[in-house]
Amino acid sequence: MHKLVSRFSLALMTPILFLILWSWIAGRVDNQVIMPSVDAVLDLLSQPNQDLISMGSLVTNVLVSLIRVLIGYLLAAIIAVPLGIAMGYSAVTYTLFNDFLNIFRPIPPLAWVPLVMAWFGVASLADMFEVEDGQWFIYLSNFKYSMMFIIFIGAFFPILTSAIHGVKNVNRIFIDSARVLGAGERTIFFKVLLPAAMPAIVNGMRIGLGIAWMCLVSAEMLPGSLAGIGYLITHAYTVASTDIVIAGMVSIGLVGALMDALFRYFEVKKFNWQRLNR
Amino acid sequence: MCGSAVMEVAGLRKEFITERGEAVRALDRVDFEVFPNDFLCIVGPSGCGKSTLLRIMAGLEQASFGSATFHGEILTRPHQDVGMVFQEYSLFPWRTVMDNVTLGLEFRGMSCHERRSIGEEYLHLIGMEQFAGAFPYELSGGMRQRVAIARALATEPDVLLMDEPFGALDAHTRILLQKELLRIWEHKRTTILFVTHSVDEAIYLADRIMVMSARPGRFKKEIRVEMERPRDRAMPEYGRMAAGILDMLEQEVVMG
Repeated sequence: MHKLVSRFSLALMTPILFLILWSWIAGRVDNQVIMPSVDAVLDLLSQPNQDLISMGSLVTNVLVSLIRVLIGYLLAAIIAVPLGIAMGYSAVTYTLFNDFLNIFRPIPPLAWVPLVMAWFGVASLADMFEVEDGQWFIYLSNFKYSMMFIIFIGAFFPILTSAIHGVKNVNRIFIDSARVLGAGERTIFFKVLLPAAMPAIVNGMRIGLGIAWMCLVSAEMLPGSLAGIGYLITHAYTVASTDIVIAGMVSIGLVGALMDALFRYFEVKKFNWQRLNR
Repeated sequence: MCGSAVMEVAGLRKEFITERGEAVRALDRVDFEVFPNDFLCIVGPSGCGKSTLLRIMAGLEQASFGSATFHGEILTRPHQDVGMVFQEYSLFPWRTVMDNVTLGLEFRGMSCHERRSIGEEYLHLIGMEQFAGAFPYELSGGMRQRVAIARALATEPDVLLMDEPFGALDAHTRILLQKELLRIWEHKRTTILFVTHSVDEAIYLADRIMVMSARPGRFKKEIRVEMERPRDRAMPEYGRMAAGILDMLEQEVVMG
């Protein structure tokens, strides 16, 4: 118990020092646009449901962003995980795709923006479901193909790479012992390779989600965007509400850290056994 | 030697091509037979290809020339009546001890219920019933190897190949497991082919010891161990035999 308290207070030291430094600088600068006070930002964060510059609240904007990221991310995972497993498993698939995909890997998601705009314009889920007006149009038009594509690109490569290496790096001894115990190729794939590679795959999915979330602001700066936490930040900047900018950044940080923590919790629970692999 | 051989290795040769493109002969003209209920040990200097020999007999690798046969059938892939225990920890870390022991039965499509009762029998055999639900990372090295032995025996193989299974263990645990293995062998009477570089281990365990030469690995000499089990390491005969084999191995190192 004592240990826990001291660990906790130690972990709190840096943020508290940071806040003291911030409020001291804000006092010296004395300009809410350049350096808003700690109070102003905390005030915004303590009422996350309050409407900001007629853009909706922090919560609604975070939710819109979260759904965008999850759609783009899930599409990336659905394609990258099976493809990565196939590439790790079969040398033919690896040779077939690896060099090709390596050309795309170094392209920053942001560099796709012009092309993506040319392809998708402002098309959104509303077009997919053929909704043209009403409340549902307002909801669905928030989820534009262009944004989800940028997020997809961001999440795709880390997930793919981890899946490939997860399968390739499975210890040979597991495969050999399965063979001796009478396993065929199919059994080895499902009962040895997949479970052995799973921690690496899930770890890649966690990193992919972090990167997808980081691509958010660039995705939400695309034309046609009318909501989302990234958009809120850019819009708040144009009306010189730096306190909202900071509150938005803090929200992005908090939500990102929370998603990462959830993933880690799951990894620790599920893949406790990895400790064997020293 | 009565009865016909369970396994037979005839004119076996194994060559590797190294990364620099040179051909290396790991094993050359290896001939021997394994008889039912044999406890046969192969000793040799490291790098003499004894692990390779065992992997060929397990059907995990192919011979370059000659053959390894099981009841007259040439082994090109693992045979369900030939089991193997490896030096490295080979338990599946994501499975419990019980699910590891019953792995071979699961691969054979046995029902869950049957698997459990056989699994319990073999956990009882190695005295680890209370660890059925434990994961490998919770076990010591010695316990992991005992589970690996139980896993290999659970499918009731005719021959058990053991590739330095105690090589990674500390000296004390190693001696305990040697005793344990003899107890299991006397109970099950599975034919065992055991590879080791420890002369002491070979004399303690085996009925027959085959001494191998350095690369390319060949059989130099076969020695029968007639001492009663459990063998006493303090017996003069034990020491004489150990000294004799060590001499033979030493010549190999000098020549190599």
